[in-house]
Amino acid sequence: MLSQEAQKQIDREVAKYPADQKQSAVMSALRIAQVEKGWLAPETIAAVADYLGMAPIAVYEVASFYNMYDLSPVGRFKLTVCTNLPCALSGGVHAADYLKHKLGIGFNETTPDGKFTLKEGECMGACGDAPAMLVNNHRLCGWMTPDQIDKLLAELE
Amino acid sequence: MTIQSIILAGLDGDRSWRLADYVQRGGYEALKKILAQKMTPDEVIAELKKSSLRGRGGAGFPTGLKWSFMPKNYVGDKYVVCNTDEGEPGTFKDRDIMRYNPHMVIEGMIIAGYAMGAGTGYNYIHGEIFDLYLRFEEALEEARAAGFLGSDILGSGFSFNLHAHHGYGAYICGEETALLESIEGKKGQPRYKPPFPASFGLYGKPTTINNTETFAAVPWIINNGGEKYLEAGKPNNGGTKIFSVSGHVNRPGVYEVAMGTPFATLLEMCGGMRGGRKLKACIPGGSSAPVLPADIMMDCTLDYDSISKAGSMLGSGAVIIMDETVCMVKALERLSYFYHEESCGQCTPCREGTGWMYRVVHRIEHGLGRPEDLDLLTSVADNICGRTICALGDAAAFPVKSFVKHFRSEFEYHIENKKCLVPPDVQRSGSDFFVAGKN
Amino acid sequence: MLQLEIDGKQIEVPEGSTVMDAARQIGTFIPHFCYHKKLSIAASCRMCLVQVEKAPKPMPACATPVTNGMKVMTRSEVAVKAQKDVMEFLLINHPLDCPICDQGGECQLQDLSVGYGGMASRYQEEKRVVVNKNLGPLVSTDMTRCIHCTRCVRFTAEIGGFQEMGQAFRNEHAEIMPFIESTVDTELSGNIIDLCPVGALTSKPFRFSARAWEMSRRKSVSPHDGLGSNLVVQTKLDRVKRVLPLENEDVNECWLSDKDRFSYEGLTAEDRITRPMIKEGGQWREVDWHTALEFAAKAVKGAAAEHGAASLGALASPHSTLEELYLLQKLVRGLGCDNVDFRLRQSDFSADGKRMGVPWLGMKIAQIPKLDRVLVVGSFLRKDHPLLALRLRQAARKGTQVSVIHPTRDALFMPLAARAVVAPDQMVGTLAQVAQALAGIKGVALDASVPAVTVGDEAKKMAESLASGANGAVFLGNLAQQHACASTLHFLAEEISRVGGLTLGFLGEAANSVGGYLAGALPAVDGLNAARMLAEPRKAYVVLGAEPELDCADGAQALAAMEAAQAVIVLSPFKGRATEYASVILPVAPFTETSGTFVNTEGRVQSFNAVVRPLDETRPGWKVLRVLGNLLGHSGFDYDSSEAVRHDLLGESAEVSSKLSNGLSRIAVTLKPAAAGLQRVADVPIHFADSLVRRAESLQKTKDARPPMAAMNAATLAGLGLSAGDKVKVKQGAGVAVLSAALDDTIAAGCVRVSAAHPTTCGLGAGEITVERV
Ligand SMILES: Cc1cc2nc3c(=O)[nH]c(=O)nc-3n(C[C@H](O)[C@H](O)[C@H](O)COP(=O)(O)O)c2cc1C
Ligand code: SF4
Ligand code: FES
Repeated sequence: MLSQEAQKQIDREVAKYPADQKQSAVMSALRIAQVEKGWLAPETIAAVADYLGMAPIAVYEVASFYNMYDLSPVGRFKLTVCTNLPCALSGGVHAADYLKHKLGIGFNETTPDGKFTLKEGECMGACGDAPAMLVNNHRLCGWMTPDQIDKLLAELE
Repeated sequence: MTIQSIILAGLDGDRSWRLADYVQRGGYEALKKILAQKMTPDEVIAELKKSSLRGRGGAGFPTGLKWSFMPKNYVGDKYVVCNTDEGEPGTFKDRDIMRYNPHMVIEGMIIAGYAMGAGTGYNYIHGEIFDLYLRFEEALEEARAAGFLGSDILGSGFSFNLHAHHGYGAYICGEETALLESIEGKKGQPRYKPPFPASFGLYGKPTTINNTETFAAVPWIINNGGEKYLEAGKPNNGGTKIFSVSGHVNRPGVYEVAMGTPFATLLEMCGGMRGGRKLKACIPGGSSAPVLPADIMMDCTLDYDSISKAGSMLGSGAVIIMDETVCMVKALERLSYFYHEESCGQCTPCREGTGWMYRVVHRIEHGLGRPEDLDLLTSVADNICGRTICALGDAAAFPVKSFVKHFRSEFEYHIENKKCLVPPDVQRSGSDFFVAGKN
Repeated sequence: MLQLEIDGKQIEVPEGSTVMDAARQIGTFIPHFCYHKKLSIAASCRMCLVQVEKAPKPMPACATPVTNGMKVMTRSEVAVKAQKDVMEFLLINHPLDCPICDQGGECQLQDLSVGYGGMASRYQEEKRVVVNKNLGPLVSTDMTRCIHCTRCVRFTAEIGGFQEMGQAFRNEHAEIMPFIESTVDTELSGNIIDLCPVGALTSKPFRFSARAWEMSRRKSVSPHDGLGSNLVVQTKLDRVKRVLPLENEDVNECWLSDKDRFSYEGLTAEDRITRPMIKEGGQWREVDWHTALEFAAKAVKGAAAEHGAASLGALASPHSTLEELYLLQKLVRGLGCDNVDFRLRQSDFSADGKRMGVPWLGMKIAQIPKLDRVLVVGSFLRKDHPLLALRLRQAARKGTQVSVIHPTRDALFMPLAARAVVAPDQMVGTLAQVAQALAGIKGVALDASVPAVTVGDEAKKMAESLASGANGAVFLGNLAQQHACASTLHFLAEEISRVGGLTLGFLGEAANSVGGYLAGALPAVDGLNAARMLAEPRKAYVVLGAEPELDCADGAQALAAMEAAQAVIVLSPFKGRATEYASVILPVAPFTETSGTFVNTEGRVQSFNAVVRPLDETRPGWKVLRVLGNLLGHSGFDYDSSEAVRHDLLGESAEVSSKLSNGLSRIAVTLKPAAAGLQRVADVPIHFADSLVRRAESLQKTKDARPPMAAMNAATLAGLGLSAGDKVKVKQGAGVAVLSAALDDTIAAGCVRVSAAHPTTCGLGAGEITVERV
């Protein structure tokens, strides 16, 4: 279920923790699996559980608790826009509206071509760069004015 | 001479995070000093106590005192954990520390390990800054390669291992025991205290958790002495503090200033109010700190004591500035949504109460408020306060209580007139795209 | 000790107590939901908030450690306000659907809300609705009612040993659930029904069949495994509606296995026989008791007269009551026959005559958690002894070192110090290795009859573990007791105990595994044991409570013997296959309809009364045997109650401890080379172990009741040229079964696991086994 490469990466994470605490690597393992598969299907979660010797529901608890794990399929690019107060004061809501309009989808929706999914996010710790936005969880973009959004969308292929 | 900058001093943007740059700025000197002079752990802690450094994560607990709680003669593993979860809306200072000065955090943590006899540390970095998680791992490699980290550091016989652990989208993991649960590979649900982490922490072992900025302050204190640090701030509020300023100012961003600096000075540093509009309200310490109206805020100096006297908290030093275009009901609605969304779901008052408060505020904002709602809101908030496992309950209640208290008439107006005092277009334009801070 | 004051009362509690512990000690009730004395502290419901002097805010009693001089107020204004406020939060999203909730009348939320809830709800928003989960055939869900106390989650993780339930998602959208598409499948999962303080988790078999207040509560004792769990049987209109645990810290604590809890469904099985029947001229007909008993007496007497008393044989289920077992042996002995036995699954009887007493646990059940070293030999521990396994698990998690020798690597959900997964015929050798290594460490000589062996790593680890403790035990499980070399295993285990200073114990297989010995329901002089009675067929059999084809070691042989006999008198609540071979079937009461006694594996004599009247013409077994005794003209059969029978056997005091002993005089140990062919590992699946549970409908739908397969590890499968899923013909003795082959890497090499006690495999005999593709 998990590729050799994913297993190798997970092993690296496991090594950070005491020998009897493999479970500590579960957040990394889920992240690694999600990057590889696009989202966390039940089989993927079960595979992670198996790999780390955890009960599947214990892994599911983790996967469903943290926002950045996707328990259902998402587009190739998941755009998460922060609309929390500090961002909202400097255009966060506008940025979300702009994206909704431009992509023709609402929050938690995916464009028909499967390219973009739009999500509403909570504070990303980048309020100084408002509006802040995450691309596929790992790329944090600031100052997302319409121009910047256009540029970003054009660049994402 | 007043010292304004300690942690962010001498940084050169993205170019400065490497080990070589840090060493050039005097990095790892504190560690070398401790090892060379064979300072005892007690001496290190004494220096911290003298500095009056208080935790920069929100609660402002004296760091030296916290470190002294770690059991000294404990047989077995002890841990040092750094809290770079930074999820409190308005806070983005730790990100800059991690971005430009990761080695300072590493050095601070190694010293902490030394002072508390802990052999292993973890830095918990929130998932949204994943690139900085990777950067931190690189910095760790550098430190290991240079012999600052790992076994037998600089030939001293002292060993300390440090690893990065990432979050993946849960504000609550900033709460120290939730963070520990998260490192243990569970969902981030806080633990009831007691027992406190100093006796039962990570994997049940004695553990000390500090904020990124707290650890980053440590090397300077060792190099320059606790007294110097204390002097840089004001009594009981030692040193400098990094403020994350967001909202309606001309230059939102991160500002390190001496403790006790007047709020007005900070506002000036930020280029003043955006578009010359009037300050309406300020949340001085991150979204969970009670909001203060402009007049009260303008009288404050930036330190734990002054702001607490004014009825709020310095918290994480996240200053959210709101001008007169802001609808306070809408602002509260967004914050209440946040706390309701981020409640871990564990204990009853928070799980049930945050949703209740959000729904009522949401109704008021959408013209469905009822006259009894304001008393209800305050009562629900009161019933959450002090009844929950962790402080998220309080964090959710404080905004509700303070917004209703200070801006009650605005809420009443909403309920009576089914709309806001501030016209929608004014609200929208006031919170339009704004990018001045970009350099 | 710490001093504190609760509501003005002074008390003293041990160091480490919580305020809740202290309050319970003086009987002060503090409202709570998440707190449970057997589970870890969650402190999450916040219902137990109390006022503590000098504390700035109310403190959760369940999680607040007592400090010396503490003053606690549980009913002060501050405390009650906090409790009421929490209750309000608990109720805002609760459906308040008590009238249609199965928990109604026994709901902690309902009870407490009467005292704490407000009159009208201040919550005017929309309520949460949560999708129900399918937890399998035993537990029904109504998750909208869940108050997130997480007792169910903690139970599965901490007590059940494997986290089957979790709290997924977060905030008010948190949901208590199993993993996607999973059900709760351990042998203990029914306990979450009791633990759930609200109607979120209720009993599926019981659903909507009665209201709590309509039922009578009667005490009873479980008739299944050797533990003898204490039961509360709830009845309505003379029908058993539900079974709950009767708390007994020394026996079952507050738990029940699913078998104990749900087997009552078998009481109303379709083939329950409620009137006596006799077979005449090849035709079955119902008759009155008198006719049936006369018929039975005549048949027995006839066979004895014709072929001699030794031509009779009596086989009793070890799940029979002590009184039944006692009267049965008295009955056949009255005829001058010594052929009686209750050890139906046993195959090696060479310890008979060498035993120093009645084999038993060797200690009190409650002492298990205090052991620091344990060696378990030949046991499907979790399935054979769910609650003993639970105790051992708790101990292992606290540091007790447990080692296991067994042919399968079952998931025991506990850390193990060492484990040898060896084929049945290698268990003797492995045990000899442990004995030798332990003797070496201890510097004590082994009995000369134990041959020298080469000690393997695992055996060495076991010996080292056993040697390093202060309070250890060796337990022989069902498989060891049913083993072809059971006596040798017993002797070696005794040697290990002797040289290691350990306690030797038998994990009693059935409710009366100890009682059967006490009752004398086994050959005393020259009689035939259970195996020989079947191998050397008798002319007439009396069968008490057993289904020989399912309950005997060699089912094929048992069936053949029954079929060939000229008379078979069956005393049973169920017809089963008795109509195929019996001459008369006497409907005797299951445990719920008779008084009687089970002596559990620790030697605890537990008598119980009927909880309902016998169904239709059913009669308690002891009465039937009494009348039969009278009809046969025996003296001493004039008992007027089951107590009188017990008194006759055990005396007034019912003190049995002096009769218990696991001692055994020397047995010559011979080591056999590994068998060339395949060996069978025959487990008795938990829900097929006796005639009642076999018929419990819901239990039969669980994963534990899946039909047997021919399971082997990958190498063994490959060696036979098979792959998983293949239809295979399994031959053993004279019997054949067609099963599917399955891959199971937990099974020792060279073995095939084919469960016993099942209709599909009961045709198999004993000895060598072969498996080939159909
Ligand atoms: C809901 C909640 C969120 C928190 N978030 C953070 C955080 O993001 N970063 C942080 O350093 N401390 C956070 N804290 C405070 C920590 O629990 C803890 O007090 C702090 O990390 C201790 O470090 P310090 O003594 O250096 O401040 C939070 C506390 C609560 C109750
Ligand atoms: S289902 Fe019942 S036992 Fe489980 S958390 Fe909910 S209320 Fe508690
Ligand atoms: S019983 Fe104490 S918090 Fe639930």
